[in-house]
Order: sequence, then C-alpha cells, then structure tokens
Amino acid sequence: MKAYDVAELALRNLRESVLRNSLTTVGISVGVASLVAMLSLGIGLQQLANRRLAKSGLFDTVRVTSRRDLRNLSREGGENGPDAADSPPLDESARRKIAQLPNVGEAYPEIRFVTELRFEDKPHLTVVAALPSSARANDAFEGIEGRFFSSDSAQEAILERSFAQRLLGESPKPGANDSTPVTALLGKPLIMRYGERTALPSSSPGSANQTDTAYSVTARYENLTIVGICDLDPDSMRGQSRARVFLPLKLTEGLHVMDPSNLRDSTNVPGSSPTYSALEVRVGSPQTIPAVEAAIKQMGFDTFSLLDATKNLRQFFAVLDLFLGIFGSLALTVASIGIINTLVMAILERRREIGIMKAIGASDLDVGGLFFAEAGVMGGFGGALGAALGWALGHIINGGTNLYLKRQHIPPAQIWFVPWWLVTSAIFFAIGVSLVSGLYPARRAARLDPVEALRYE
Amino acid sequence: MTAAREGKGNGSIAVRTDNLCRHFRMGESLIPAVDQLSLQIRSAEFVALLGASGSGKSTLLNLIAGLDRPTSGSVVVEGKDLARLARNDLAKYRLRTVGMVFQSFNLISSMTLLENVELPLRFAEVDRAERRDLCQKALERVGLGARFDHRPSELSGGEQQRAALARALINHPQLLLADEPTGNLDSQTGAEIMNLLEECNQSLGMTVIMVTHERSLAERYSERLIFLADGKLVDDRNAARTAGEVR
Repeated sequence: MKAYDVAELALRNLRESVLRNSLTTVGISVGVASLVAMLSLGIGLQQLANRRLAKSGLFDTVRVTSRRDLRNLSREGGENGPDAADSPPLDESARRKIAQLPNVGEAYPEIRFVTELRFEDKPHLTVVAALPSSARANDAFEGIEGRFFSSDSAQEAILERSFAQRLLGESPKPGANDSTPVTALLGKPLIMRYGERTALPSSSPGSANQTDTAYSVTARYENLTIVGICDLDPDSMRGQSRARVFLPLKLTEGLHVMDPSNLRDSTNVPGSSPTYSALEVRVGSPQTIPAVEAAIKQMGFDTFSLLDATKNLRQFFAVLDLFLGIFGSLALTVASIGIINTLVMAILERRREIGIMKAIGASDLDVGGLFFAEAGVMGGFGGALGAALGWALGHIINGGTNLYLKRQHIPPAQIWFVPWWLVTSAIFFAIGVSLVSGLYPARRAARLDPVEALRYE
Repeated sequence: MTAAREGKGNGSIAVRTDNLCRHFRMGESLIPAVDQLSLQIRSAEFVALLGASGSGKSTLLNLIAGLDRPTSGSVVVEGKDLARLARNDLAKYRLRTVGMVFQSFNLISSMTLLENVELPLRFAEVDRAERRDLCQKALERVGLGARFDHRPSELSGGEQQRAALARALINHPQLLLADEPTGNLDSQTGAEIMNLLEECNQSLGMTVIMVTHERSLAERYSERLIFLADGKLVDDRNAARTAGEVR
C-alpha cells in the first residue's frame, strides 16, 4: 500500500473511535508537555545563571597592572614576558594596544580613590570609583533606583544603597532596605572634595634628571548630582576597597585626582600621557580569557582574572537537564503504555475488519503498517499539542514566579525558556515513542490468522 | 447455457488438490476437517461444493483461497503450490488471483461502498485517479451506480452482496470463490446474485467455486457438484445430468 493511502486510512480509522483516540492523544500531549516544561525550566535556569555571570563581569574581565608597580615588589622573576625593569609603562598607548587585541571588547583605567563627599554640609569620607558607560549592562544596575549616567562625562553620581542611607543619617541594615526612602536623594546635589595633581615646571632648568620634577596638589570641589542608587558595588570583588560612590569614567579621568592611599601614585610624576595603576579589560566571552591574558603578559604586564566558572556550570546544568528530562519522560512512558492499550483494544474491536482486509489481499505489511501509522499520527498530534501545552505552562509558571518575586521585592527573572529546537525535538520524540509503542500492536495485527479473524463477531 | 459452457475455457487445470488434509486440534482430539482430498477443477468451470454442516466445504474453500494452510498435501492454483508460498506471496495471491464473496457479505461497516470496493485497489497500489473510475464502473456493473456514498448498513442484503461481488471482481481475479453467497438472502435476491456469478463465469471466463447448502440452486447454476462428508469427497458429478433428473 502506498504511503498516502496508509496515512489516509490511519486518519480515517482514528476518526472512527474519536473519543478513545483523542484521550490517548491527550495522554501523549500531557507527557510531552511535562517533558517540555521540565527541560524548559532547566534551559531557562541555565540561561539565567549564564546571564547573571556574564553581567557580573567576574568572568569576562582581566585586571592588568604594571610590573613597575610597587605592589609587585615581591614578584619573583618574569613568568611570562620581560622583567619589571624592561616592562613598559601602563599608559594610554598601552591601553590602546590592549584594546586592539583580538577578543578584547574594551580596556579602561581603574580609577578608585578615597575622598570626602559633602552632602547637606556634612562631610562623609568614602571610596569613589569611576565606571565606563558599558557598566550600564552590569547586573548591579539591574534594580537601580533612578537611572544610569546620562553621559560618560556628566557631573553625576550613583550611590551604593548603604552609603545613601548613611547620607540620610541612618545606619545601614542589610536586607532591610525597603523602609528607607533612598529615592529622596535622587536629583540632590553632592559636592566632592579632592586633590588635583598638576605638574610643576622643573625646579632646576636644564637638568637631565627627571626625578627633580615636581607636582602640586590643589584642593578642588566638584558639584555632582545624585542620579541613581544601586544595591551592589559592581566591582566589589576586584577592588582594593569597596567603592560606595560611582562617577562617569571620562569625568573622573579629567579630574586628575590624587589618591593619597596609593603609594605609587604619590611618587609618580604626572606627564603629558597619564599612567594608570590598573586597567580593566573586558573580553568577548570567558573562554577567551586565557588567550587574552597570555597576549597581555607578552606585552610586559601582569594580569589577574577569575577562573572560568561557566565550564563547571555547563556541566552542572547538563546533569540537571538529564534529571529533569528523565522526570519529564516518565509521563511520556505512561502515555506510551496508553498508546499500546488503545491499539491493542483497536485490534480486538477491528479483528473482523483485519480478517476482511487479509481476505481481499492485504499483506502483513499493509495491516501492520496501518496500525503503526495510527500510532505515529497519534504521536504527531499529541506531540504538537503537548509542545503547545508545555509552552503555555511555561508562561503561566514564569508569570506566577515573577508575581511571587515581585511580592518579595525581588526583580523579575526569565526562569523559563522554550527554544525552537526543543519544540521540534519534542514532537519528533513523541512520534518516535509512539511508533515504538505501536510496534507490538502492529505486529500482533499483522500476524492475525485471517480465518480466525473472519469468524470473530 | 450448456452450449456456452462447452465453448468457454481452455480445459487447463485451475485448481488441483492432492491428498489435501487440514486437521484441527480440539483439546486432546484431532478433527480432520479436510481429509485426504484430491480433486481437479478446470479453468472457467462453475463448481458447487455441497455437504452437511461440518463436512469441510468452507475449510476446503479457505485452503483454495489461501486463507488457511493445509496440514499435509497440496493445493495448486494456476500452477502455484499454495502450501509453499511465503506469507507475503500468499497475500499477493489473494489480491491478484482470487476474489471472495461471503455469506455475511463482510463489507467494512465504517466505509462507504466506494471505499469498500476501493480497498483491494489500494492494496494493489493503483493510482487514486484510476481507482475512482474503476470502482464506479464495478459498482455500476452490479447495479449500484447510484449508491457509492452509502454505508453498508443503509443497504439491503442483496445490495450488500452485490457490493461485495463488485469488490471481489475489482482486481480481475481468475478464481471467484463464494461461501454461501445466498445464505442470508431471500430466494429472489439470491437468484439475482447467482445470475451475477453465472455472468462472471460465462462472460468473463472466471472459474467459480461456490459453497452452498441449497442443492437446487447448485444444480441450476453450476456444471459440477462435489459432495463432501467428514472432510472426504463422497461424490463428484456433472450438474447437467442431475439437473436433467430434477428439472
């Protein structure tokens, strides 16, 4: 029998016992929906974790320091590249070279200093850090109150929540932030007092010795506007000290702030080209970190990065997906038993029909193929319905979870993700499982003795 | 009619059985439904198998139809020993060589007449467009041209049997087997069906083997009567002679 005849007859037979076959198909769809739901949850959680890690900036950032840095005194010999004596300065030209390395997204100086901030005429000593505009994507700013900097050189500041509470005269209590109306600070002025370093003309003209040059420190004030309040210091894992106030990078660079806590900075001579104590280098993906680090070390700088945690994470989620898949498949296994039951019942009911078909020339293959096709059609419909059901279920659970998170004052998250490949694979998997379930009934129908079958009433 | 019969066929053997046995096990005992039966049926012959219930008529017909396999002996149809054919070849034989008509019509109740008649063409992988045309002609030939889309339950017994005959003839078989074709019909409708069988035999040259209880019907339409009892052949005579005695 031709394939389209088999399909046509299979559909026709399924329509004859529409209730029973529909119930079996619903059984398959529930199985597929549970599989899709479980795997979507696994995939959604994996993506959420990956997104969080990527946004944290912990695993895609390399910190670059100069080997001339006084903090590197204890370093023994060059592991990779030249010694401290031959190491180039970590200045603007080095920054540009690093920024042009393959897989490097951006390289910006790390500016972090202790200074005094005046709010409503009260002084507060704290650590200030500069942030590039790309930090906007960092998850520390996901739940920001107010907004991020309007530009890279805007006279604006973002405060860390505990510091904002301090400005309001409250003692910070971790986890009890909601009661404090920190948003009242938004748009308020903040004055930063700092020391600006300026190079002085050489004290002994004509001297070849550069160490004779001097610099002055001038006390200056910078008027800032508070535009945002965030929960975390995005660089808290990496900085020497935890910053409480953030300023735009270009603005901070232009201030030439003297950091009295930085020994190297105190002895360094400001020239036409600024040198940096450290650079932050953002790479395209965590996997490219080793190559970027090696290239930077070759240039004569020291590097620091955290190990790629996404590798272990992938392994963890592969195991999680496997378990979720097994649990999801349990329902499909029950559904496949339903298919076998339905088809075996159909054989009993259609025993005489099978006998007639054999008497008028149907081969074993024709009869078996018909039952096999009926199983496949039920699997196809059940799979498609199940994938849609799983997708809808995902949306409902995602919505419910986000509603719960919202009530707990936690930012909403996409914990559910149904990729297209999962939908198509689920449908094909359902067809496959149904066909396997149809094997036994099909074989049983094919082997029926026509004389016995014709006697059946 | 006799003249027409004498002129048809080429006299070759259509069906031959040699020491054919079909035994069924019923608990401890062995029932010989067909026992050491040897006979020959020529091409284009119209043969009636007669005998009491349980004499083995239907079992013999099933063996010739390739629906059942002998316990021993052989059934040779158109030169093929059915006992030696593989399952698939036996299915092909039923599809191409044999047409079968049953007492209870055996139409599939969920299908229309057209779909029932179309079924053997589907198994024979005939194209859809061609199928419809062939089915319409076959149904028109048996006088059901206006009832294509009716289901069997909407038809009378005679109409159902005519539809079953159209289905049996759709693949142009050489051998038409009829198991009590008039058993469920009144005498007038039965006569109509018998006329159709006779037409198949005479104008299409088909070999017809009919199982029946009705001796008068057998004597009237068939040219040879084979009597069975306890699975054995007890009498094999020319119907024309019997008909002469009766009429």
